[in-house]
Amino acid sequence: MATGDLALGQEQGLLNARPRVTNDFSINVATVNGSGSQSANSVLLKSIFGMGVPVSGKNLFPSNIAGLPTWYIIRASKDGYVARKRDSEVLVALNPDTAREDTLALPPGGVAIYEEKLDLKQYRDDLVFYPVPFDKITAAVCPEAKLRKLVRNMVYVGAVAQILHIDIGVVESGLRKQFSKKQKVFDLNFGAVKAGFEYAQTTFTKQDPYFIEPMNETKGKIIIDGNAACGMGAVFAGVTVVAWYPITPSTSLIEATTDLLKKFRVTPEGKATFAVVQAEDELAAIGMVLGAGWAGARSMTATSGPGISLMAEFTGLGYYAEIPGVIFDVQRTGPATGMPTRTQQSDVLSAAFLSHGDTKHIVLLPGSVTECFEFGYAAFDLAERLQTPVFVLSDLDLGMNNWMSDAFVYPDKPLDRGKVLTKEDLDRLGGFARYRDVDGDAIGWRTLPGTDHPKAAYFTRGSGHNDAAGYTEKPDEYQEVMERLLRKFENARKLVPAPVVVKNGSSKIGFIAYGTTDFALRESLDQIKKEYGKDVDYLRARAYPFAHEIHDFVAQHERVYVVEQNRDGQLASLLKLDLPAEQVAKLRSILHYNGLPVDARTITEEFATKEGL
Amino acid sequence: MATANATPKVNHIGLPIIEYRGGKSTLCAGCGHNAISERIIDAMYEMGVEPERVMKMSGIGCSSKSPAYFMSRAHAFNSVHGRMPSVTTGAVLANHTMTALGVSGDGDTASIGMGQFVHLMRRNLPMIYIIEDNGVYGLTKGQFSATADIGSKLKTGVINDLPGIDTCALAIQLGATFVGRSFSGDKKQLLAMLKAAIAHKGTVMLDVISPCVTFNDHEGSTKSYKFLQENDEPINEIGFVASFDDIEVDYDSGEVYDVQLHDGSNLRLRKLLEDYDPTDKANAVRTLMEAQEKEEILTGVFYIDTQKPTFIDLLNVGDEPLGTLPESLTRPPKSALDSLMKNLQ
Repeated sequence: MATGDLALGQEQGLLNARPRVTNDFSINVATVNGSGSQSANSVLLKSIFGMGVPVSGKNLFPSNIAGLPTWYIIRASKDGYVARKRDSEVLVALNPDTAREDTLALPPGGVAIYEEKLDLKQYRDDLVFYPVPFDKITAAVCPEAKLRKLVRNMVYVGAVAQILHIDIGVVESGLRKQFSKKQKVFDLNFGAVKAGFEYAQTTFTKQDPYFIEPMNETKGKIIIDGNAACGMGAVFAGVTVVAWYPITPSTSLIEATTDLLKKFRVTPEGKATFAVVQAEDELAAIGMVLGAGWAGARSMTATSGPGISLMAEFTGLGYYAEIPGVIFDVQRTGPATGMPTRTQQSDVLSAAFLSHGDTKHIVLLPGSVTECFEFGYAAFDLAERLQTPVFVLSDLDLGMNNWMSDAFVYPDKPLDRGKVLTKEDLDRLGGFARYRDVDGDAIGWRTLPGTDHPKAAYFTRGSGHNDAAGYTEKPDEYQEVMERLLRKFENARKLVPAPVVVKNGSSKIGFIAYGTTDFALRESLDQIKKEYGKDVDYLRARAYPFAHEIHDFVAQHERVYVVEQNRDGQLASLLKLDLPAEQVAKLRSILHYNGLPVDARTITEEFATKEGL
Repeated sequence: MATANATPKVNHIGLPIIEYRGGKSTLCAGCGHNAISERIIDAMYEMGVEPERVMKMSGIGCSSKSPAYFMSRAHAFNSVHGRMPSVTTGAVLANHTMTALGVSGDGDTASIGMGQFVHLMRRNLPMIYIIEDNGVYGLTKGQFSATADIGSKLKTGVINDLPGIDTCALAIQLGATFVGRSFSGDKKQLLAMLKAAIAHKGTVMLDVISPCVTFNDHEGSTKSYKFLQENDEPINEIGFVASFDDIEVDYDSGEVYDVQLHDGSNLRLRKLLEDYDPTDKANAVRTLMEAQEKEEILTGVFYIDTQKPTFIDLLNVGDEPLGTLPESLTRPPKSALDSLMKNLQ
């Protein structure tokens, strides 16, 4: 049989007449979680990457161990777009429970590669169908029954590679890298890939227009997830104490950190220069972080929304007692338990003001894996320089998905350990007042426990204190400390990462976004230009407190759209608190918060509606 | 005036006791906590601990205020309610060369802090954890705490109808390696216990009954001075010989139980309860449970284990404090990043 398996013969000509779509489509692999499809998906992604084609992968998975639907969406984009696309053109259907729904979601002319038993032709007559007997092929190449579930995934890699013209040599070298030390495992897996490839080769004639063709856009680039990048940042910041409690989607950040610490941070004598503690809960995790930060360690935790809520009381203590510490918040969909395996940018307000009383926190907003790495180490410098907890707000989309990036650059500056007095300083000074602003930068000098000087100690407390760290209930003494804390926070505007501004001339319209919204927004700005002929300006916020450039940007535009992935326009709210009153009315929100990463089309449509275009 | 020029008495590191004192106590006159602060001062002085080598850690409550009243030269951290264990854990991870002394109360430990308390005990973090235990919340004016004995009566006449938590039994079961109970009014026993605690490496958990003169020192209270004076039953008499004391210790069997502590000091427990073996975990817990049934208040060193690895040992941390390691040891070189990048291409 050498013909394509088309639903309706008379449409064959129509489909064949469609122009080729090269390196610009998405593949949706629909499986069940716990089936081991993750490594096959990764091989597929890296094969496209290996052909030099810009690619991104998104894992849409359930909060479940095994057996529930999972989708992995691979987007190839010659233009380098890495945001989620609303539709996927190619479906790999392996999950009987969602096969009908997944098939119905394909755009007309889409492709279904599927387990032949699923008989998807009954649902649509406007698709290209490639039925594959996965079980039969798997059984032939994998005599050991218990391994078949895993090996089956590699069969679809082979079939997809053949149909989309992905170079099997690239698949092979990717697999070889993945199983570099396990020849037998490689043989088994590549055998399955080949079987799938050969089946497709001998069975189908290509009827669809989707092709992967070699490009040269990925040379020197890396593929990494945001959690691993954050962990790498922490390790290259010289983190020494890590305390954490498992929570999706932040767990892999700690796992990556721990792996790197084990690899790079053991002395020749075999001693660890780090401590990683799985705490009893998030309250203990942040308590350990602050205790360690107080005693001089570079300390961190990683968590998500529910953990942030639990850390509230301690974070306020960290702010008021001025103790460094880094909190990575990999945001997920709230409120409450919400959707633990779906993404959102909805911890912005709670992170910024976490805890009772007047508290404000430094919040960094990485918008790429590169920034996960760079902010990952910068956060420790800022925490020690400013003597306060610093949040790094990533999200599930950034943290748990694979992203293409330029290789990370080694930090060009030494660690900034902040203002710490040594024994020699104390000999010279004769003493110190912990919370006194002696330098006019609103930051006091601190000592570390263990400083060998009779005047080194001070009393750290969350109760009212004066500038010498003494207990106080005196109104003026209390207020003096609070005012200095406010000045310190104001000064931080100049120390945190500045926004990135893209200006297109004298546009009246500006966009503001942050974090992962950037990927979709940049694509949307191209759509807006192409489809509506509008050049607009764009500012990507990278931290709170807001740098003055953000005020200027709003002042320079008539209308400013703040695009973010939460219901309440949280960053817009923060901006409204910060901006002069006459600027506030310029802000309007474009929001996306259904748990899926925002896509460009949603932003473009919403913008067009709001602008009456 | 022959004494005018006399050198003040100093300890073996040359410090007078005044260097171990703290600020003036703001607790009620007669509060048991003040007596405990005095014993801490005595113990640290007699052991010759350098004050700035001590971290005083506490949570929230009357007890947790007390670190301000001893050892002003020591570093201090008054944290949040019930969470001193985690803060101390972090601080000790950053610098395990310090002596960590945590002061908590019965509310701070056995109610709001129970989660952190039990996990601290499991880890055998090297620190001394003192519960200044009076069975009531003082700062909020006298509600029962979770260590109040069943049947104990408040001044208002309210009877406690829930069983008290025995923090010592719990600590032994969970893995603390030096567990004892004392009474703030028993100077000799408490001082000896504190000195041994300083010499021990691992989690020391001391429950010190410390009567609240304002809210829980009346007839019908089981944590009053009078009740303790009448019902305190020591299971052993504690003798302590510091490593630097030039005293020969006769190790004999039968009547006494000798324990060699980590710094070479000797802890001698003279048996008052027949055949009590302080290394027998199950027996220690059983003894405490039986005493609770009989409404007896046992004091003494209930359990000791000098062999169990500490949390620092388990984490395989080196001798230098993590907090002050130089950048050359904490930031991997450029070649490390380059190799990672290569693998990701």
